[in-house]
Amino acid sequence: TVMAAPVTNDQSWFFALALGVSFLKCLLINAYHSTDFEVHRNWLALTHSLPAAQWYYEATSEWTLDYPPLFAWFEYGLSHIARFFDKEMLVVQNLNYASPATILFQRLSVIVADVVFFYAVKECCKCLREDKGKYLLGKPSFILTVLLLWNFGLIIVDHIHFQYNGFLFGVLLLSIARHFQNRHFEGALLFSILLNLKHIYLYIAPAYGIYLLRCFCFTQSNIYASPESRINKLSIDLPQVLSRLFPFKRGLCHAYWAPNIWALYNIADKAFSILGVKFKLLDINKLPKASMTGGLVQEFQHSVLPSVSPLATLVCTVLSILPALFRIWHRPNGARGFLRCLVICALGSFMFGWHVHEKAILMAILPLSLLAVESREDARIFLILSITGHYSLFPLLFTTQELPIKILLLLLFTIFSLTSLKTLFRSGGALLNPLEATYLLGLIPLELICEFVYPLTVWQKTFPFLPLMLTSIYCALGVTYAFIRLYISLLTCSDSTKKIKTQ
Amino acid sequence: MENWSLFSLCVLLGLTSRWAVSFHSYSGAGKPPMFGDYEAQRHWQEVTYNLPVHEWYFNTTNNDLNYWGLDYPPLTAYHSLVCAYVAKLLNPEWVELHASRGYESHSHKLFMRATVLFTDILIYIPAVLLYCFYFCDGSSKQKVATALCILLYPGLILIDYGHFQYNSVSLGLALWGILGLGLGWDLFGSLAFTLALNYKQMELYHSLPFFCYLLGKCIKQGLTRRGFFQLAKISLTVLVTFALCWMPFLSDPKQPLQVLHRLFPFGRGLFEDKVANTWCSLNVLIKIKTLLSRETQLFLSFALTLLFILPSSLKLLSKPNLWQFKLALVNSSLAFFLFSFQVHEKSILLAAFYCTHLGFCLFLRLMFFLFVFFHSMLPLLVKDGLLLPYVVTSLAFLFLSLYLLSALERSTEEELRLGLYRKLTQRWLPKLNLSRIIKWKFWFSLVAMAVLSFTSVWLEPPAKFPDLFPVLVSILSFLHFLGFIIYFNLVQLMEPQRKKSQKKTN
Repeated sequence: TVMAAPVTNDQSWFFALALGVSFLKCLLINAYHSTDFEVHRNWLALTHSLPAAQWYYEATSEWTLDYPPLFAWFEYGLSHIARFFDKEMLVVQNLNYASPATILFQRLSVIVADVVFFYAVKECCKCLREDKGKYLLGKPSFILTVLLLWNFGLIIVDHIHFQYNGFLFGVLLLSIARHFQNRHFEGALLFSILLNLKHIYLYIAPAYGIYLLRCFCFTQSNIYASPESRINKLSIDLPQVLSRLFPFKRGLCHAYWAPNIWALYNIADKAFSILGVKFKLLDINKLPKASMTGGLVQEFQHSVLPSVSPLATLVCTVLSILPALFRIWHRPNGARGFLRCLVICALGSFMFGWHVHEKAILMAILPLSLLAVESREDARIFLILSITGHYSLFPLLFTTQELPIKILLLLLFTIFSLTSLKTLFRSGGALLNPLEATYLLGLIPLELICEFVYPLTVWQKTFPFLPLMLTSIYCALGVTYAFIRLYISLLTCSDSTKKIKTQ
Repeated sequence: MENWSLFSLCVLLGLTSRWAVSFHSYSGAGKPPMFGDYEAQRHWQEVTYNLPVHEWYFNTTNNDLNYWGLDYPPLTAYHSLVCAYVAKLLNPEWVELHASRGYESHSHKLFMRATVLFTDILIYIPAVLLYCFYFCDGSSKQKVATALCILLYPGLILIDYGHFQYNSVSLGLALWGILGLGLGWDLFGSLAFTLALNYKQMELYHSLPFFCYLLGKCIKQGLTRRGFFQLAKISLTVLVTFALCWMPFLSDPKQPLQVLHRLFPFGRGLFEDKVANTWCSLNVLIKIKTLLSRETQLFLSFALTLLFILPSSLKLLSKPNLWQFKLALVNSSLAFFLFSFQVHEKSILLAAFYCTHLGFCLFLRLMFFLFVFFHSMLPLLVKDGLLLPYVVTSLAFLFLSLYLLSALERSTEEELRLGLYRKLTQRWLPKLNLSRIIKWKFWFSLVAMAVLSFTSVWLEPPAKFPDLFPVLVSILSFLHFLGFIIYFNLVQLMEPQRKKSQKKTN
């Protein structure tokens, strides 16, 4: 058929896909951007204007530097290019400065930084076990490329909401690819670099730690530690940096609840308190006044169930990922087992972590894409996790103008992933069982209610937080289900270390 | 992957790019007192909602025709009326008589953009999908590739979702007309085209091919029996449709005359601004605008237009098949564009659309697209602040067409079209490799036009010739368009029957 013909060389489709998505990103330059845009502009300004020793002390703007030093250096590098676009953006006092040139520069910097991500995806495609397909659209590498390059969450968060996740996930995926290719030193180095770029990747550090320790003996573990310490020797006051990086003063949940266990915990607490008051078991005056649904990030207490402290969440997180780590320690399944453990660590930390952002779901979805194109069970889990996870990102873009874009892009990604994975794993019946399919279809009425019907009702003024709560609870069910299934697949998968030792 | 999923992915990509372009500015944004086409459309909603029908096209105290008076046929007015009802529900301020002049707000912009998207999804996109499904050669993957390229055609996206117009309605309806004719549903096709004509009078550019094709078909079926009945049915359909559309205006004989006066402003002169047609280019050498009287200008343009459409129409009349029909569409719209009265640069969009998509040699098509684009669209879009979407969509379209469609063209199309030239040139230049020449010419034109546009946007022209760059671009484009019309006429007139086109003959 035709698709074999126009491909003059084997990899031109990769370039076409990368170029295509870059064009789309360029069209979105004028879209809504969140306060994160101002955050990064502020960091450009302060890294440019102040000496390094003062970066973590600067507090003119409320958006203080809360990423690790290497990212600060990255912003410093960018600021030198920013000079040619608009010098005014580099003045720290110019709060909320957003001239067209500033917007153009910042958006382009994200688009260009994604080149790292493109390279990493290319490397990941090389790691696939088998890459045969009847035609181009059925090849695992093609499907994986589209799932990664055109990932809905990445496009929405990076190019509309505004962040630099593409470039960071590029480093992560490259590190994973290096482990697949048995270039473990590079993989470890890349991960250390990643940790110094954004500390949220501590979520998956245990997986790296256990895997590297287990597979490459203690003598080589020094290699893992030393790049870390080398990078940290950057004449910066450590306690100050740490206090900026880990602001535990923020509440259990973000203003919008990430769809994790604590969302379900909160709603159970609220339900019990309402029922308790109704059945006269509780005194309404003794209940704490501050409402969880108020939308502010303060610390507060639960009414009925025990309150949750940061330590409790840490314990829960560690407990949730411990079985996976043990499993990898006792029976490492090569690079794929490591990847599965990584996804579980990411998902576990997402489920039980303190003040988790819903964007963190991407840390589980993106690496899972690699497993999804190779195994049927993983494809199932990926579909459920990605569709619910991506849907849970909807409240990030709450403006009416972006509503069609987010619906269209989600439909695009969902239709592609459903049909391509279904075609890939054609043998063996349907990919999703009826229950799962119903759950996913239930997202459609949920969206209609939350964004179309509810705003027209009278409750919009009194309970404005209700649609967000509904979204996060509905998605929490899907994410939890995916977590459990992923665990089951890890604990029951057979040991095929011997077969996949060499890539 | 199944066909339906591929097609739906194309549609989703098309819709996404459309809506993403709509984020940008529109014509006349923030530019009082006259603003631009966006304000014109809003004003028409205001006029049609608040005033009775018999006042819509007249200059009254409530309706100042100098401020964006209605100058499209009644169907546009009805469309504006429907939009106005919706607007009234959402926010009455948008269509307040007089008070809403120059109204600009974010929510209003969203509303207006949404109306364009709605009609696009309703009329244009289904027509494109059906067209690709039924009338494209090749495997299903080729059809999907063609659909994607058509849906991502920058001309329509930038004008409709950027500058702000409703071309997708008239173009979509005309496409439904072509579909109808292609599938053998003549009545449906004529109905659709008549509606298109009643939406925008520019569709007159295509009316002659439609007329000749249908007449030719009826003649072929025998004018005494079946052919005559068919002709009668078609004429009846057309007349009834016209009557229905113009019904409110038929009560008073003054009404239709006034509407026609608004639709065809012969008082405005041979051309305005810089258009790549004959008159404007001729004007550089001889100032015809001032030299000849109004009547002579009218007569000259009429005569030349007729001269250039007659051969193609007569050929279509004698051989009414789909291939000839497509060629006639291109020739007719090009002829009108080059020689007609009071032509706007946006009118090239019509010819360009058909030429770019109706299955001829790819590189020729794309070259045509280039000239259209760089010449007509660039100054217009830069004025509207749409440079970024213009660059992105044009590059994406060029790249996509070349990548997806170039290999498909290798075997079938090129030899057939170029066979004609080979016959002509074999006598004098036997060693010519025509396809390679065309490819080189394409890349050369691309570079040349890019350089010229760059200079026209960013460099200062010399003081003696302040319009130097636009005029240069305009004249170059004109020469190419002239070349294209001669080429397409030759192809149509000397065309040997394609094997595949036999299937499509009705």
